[in-house]
Amino acid sequence: MNAPLPSESLAAGLPLAPHPPVSEPVIRIEGLSKTFSDAAGPVLDDVSLQIARGDIYGVIGRSGAGKSTLVRCINRLERPSGGRVVVSGHETSRLEGRALRTARRDIGMIFQHFNLLSSRTVAGNVALPLEVARVPKAERGPRIAALLELVGLADKAQAYPSELSGGQKQRVGIARALATAPSVLLCDEATSALDPETTQQILALLRDINRRLGLTVVLVTHEMEVVRDIASHVAVLERGRLVEEGATFDVLAFPKSPVARSFLAGIVAHELPPEIQATLSPEPQADSDPVIRIVFTGAAANEPIVADLVGRFGLRPNILHGRIDQVAGRPLGVLTLVAGDGGDGRLAAALAHLARLGLHAEVIGHALRPALARRHGGPR
Amino acid sequence: MPFDLLSPAVTAALVESLKQTAFMVSVAAVLSTLLGLPLGILLVVTAPGHIAERPAVNRVVGTVVNLVRSTPFIIMMVAIIPFTRLVVGTTVGTAAAIVPLTLAITPLFARLAETAMREVDRGVIEAAEAIGASPWEIVVKVLVPEALPGIVAGVTVALVSLIGYSTMAGTVGGGGLGDLGVRYGYQRFMPEVMVAVVVVLVVLVQAVQIVGDAVARAVNHRIARRRRGGV
Repeated sequence: MNAPLPSESLAAGLPLAPHPPVSEPVIRIEGLSKTFSDAAGPVLDDVSLQIARGDIYGVIGRSGAGKSTLVRCINRLERPSGGRVVVSGHETSRLEGRALRTARRDIGMIFQHFNLLSSRTVAGNVALPLEVARVPKAERGPRIAALLELVGLADKAQAYPSELSGGQKQRVGIARALATAPSVLLCDEATSALDPETTQQILALLRDINRRLGLTVVLVTHEMEVVRDIASHVAVLERGRLVEEGATFDVLAFPKSPVARSFLAGIVAHELPPEIQATLSPEPQADSDPVIRIVFTGAAANEPIVADLVGRFGLRPNILHGRIDQVAGRPLGVLTLVAGDGGDGRLAAALAHLARLGLHAEVIGHALRPALARRHGGPR
Repeated sequence: MPFDLLSPAVTAALVESLKQTAFMVSVAAVLSTLLGLPLGILLVVTAPGHIAERPAVNRVVGTVVNLVRSTPFIIMMVAIIPFTRLVVGTTVGTAAAIVPLTLAITPLFARLAETAMREVDRGVIEAAEAIGASPWEIVVKVLVPEALPGIVAGVTVALVSLIGYSTMAGTVGGGGLGDLGVRYGYQRFMPEVMVAVVVVLVVLVQAVQIVGDAVARAVNHRIARRRRGGV
């Protein structure tokens, strides 16, 4: 039970484990700013980030945070007011006319409302980028068939978009975006108009394409679940500023900004439900016990820590709140409990023990004993 | 049928007038569609925020279109006589009537086409831009095809207006149904001729509307409809 963990699994659970060395990033954004009108202030304010080739990169934020503008600056649907955007070596923020249009063929894009041509069949929609790229007619047919096969719509080639479901329309959107074999796929709230089940199917398709084609996927969304499920890296935007960025697991396990914390509320139990939070005070009181939040990551999630707190340290923890999720394929749990030691130092020893296990534990407040007694014993 | 009430001479005149109207209207319709569609495209794409934003061009073209549209047809016919002579070499007759008809209907159709194309979803245009389509490709492959049902409806409205305007062609000796109705029905006190002319015009307009609606429906794929027969 108390045997030291193998160092390998310990490292896997560490929050600041170094990312594998990144090759030349496929997208480089430097000091990007965008202002639509001076009165409204900047929509994007000095945003810098890099996206590695083959990554699935999530951009998350509330509506109006600037995340759509950010992704639209990548293929220059939006003209940046300042800064640089480099995609596969082309500085799209500087290109114009023909050069810009050629560069855009390397950047596929799918949209929240699919944006298919109602006047063309499914095959016709997928043919459009091939026509624009001057692909000879004889080559288009097999290419379209292969693309529709890839997205699972081989039998719908002659259907019109109006005859398809939302999920099928997005599949057409994906096939169209991939027609010119781009190295980047931009997804602007691509699953926001879809029901949860269809969202999962589309995400599975994106993940599959990412693996099979080595395609870099940039995913803008306000749905944290989407990022949790498929993004390997994530950027959090708030009022046009990049407030947090890193490996999805790290950001979700140890969010630094209040925005990220509140965003994660539905996904990871970083924040207590308001009715419990209301009973906490930031400073210790005469009759209060400390409230401890423990973040489990990786292998340490398997440690019987509550039993340890009781058996080894003689504490009597009372669990307030907890949740365990899979994030980027790894378990991530957050447990909040109250544990008083009457001031004899057992708690401090227990926290040191948890730290040795590679768990992140901290005192986040103090709960009055009567308040808790009311909560647990009294009528609600 | 009113034809039984009419003398053979009048019936012959009616048929002749119908031919003149059909000739004037169809030639003017083709010409104003060919001239009005590019004008409508110009009005759409040069508008602020569109794919070839040119506010100055947009304002000038828009003003000219409005000027022509606000000129009463009967006045325009007379006012442009020098221009008509320049184009067809004469100022009287059916061919001469085609010039003012075309000039009057082109701006109307341009506005109708503009409205139809303005309704094309910005998102679809952006998708085409994201693919790397040029403004010209967006016009040809997205704007016009996506707006086609509305453009066809515009052609129908323009045709009906043309039939109405063509009745005034008698002013420049263009003949046609309107001219027949005025000369025989009004000036020779033959009300049955007037009625016959109106009946023929009603049937003509009705036919244009029915055919126009059917074509607009056939080119509209925006709403799913049950497929007839096999796929």
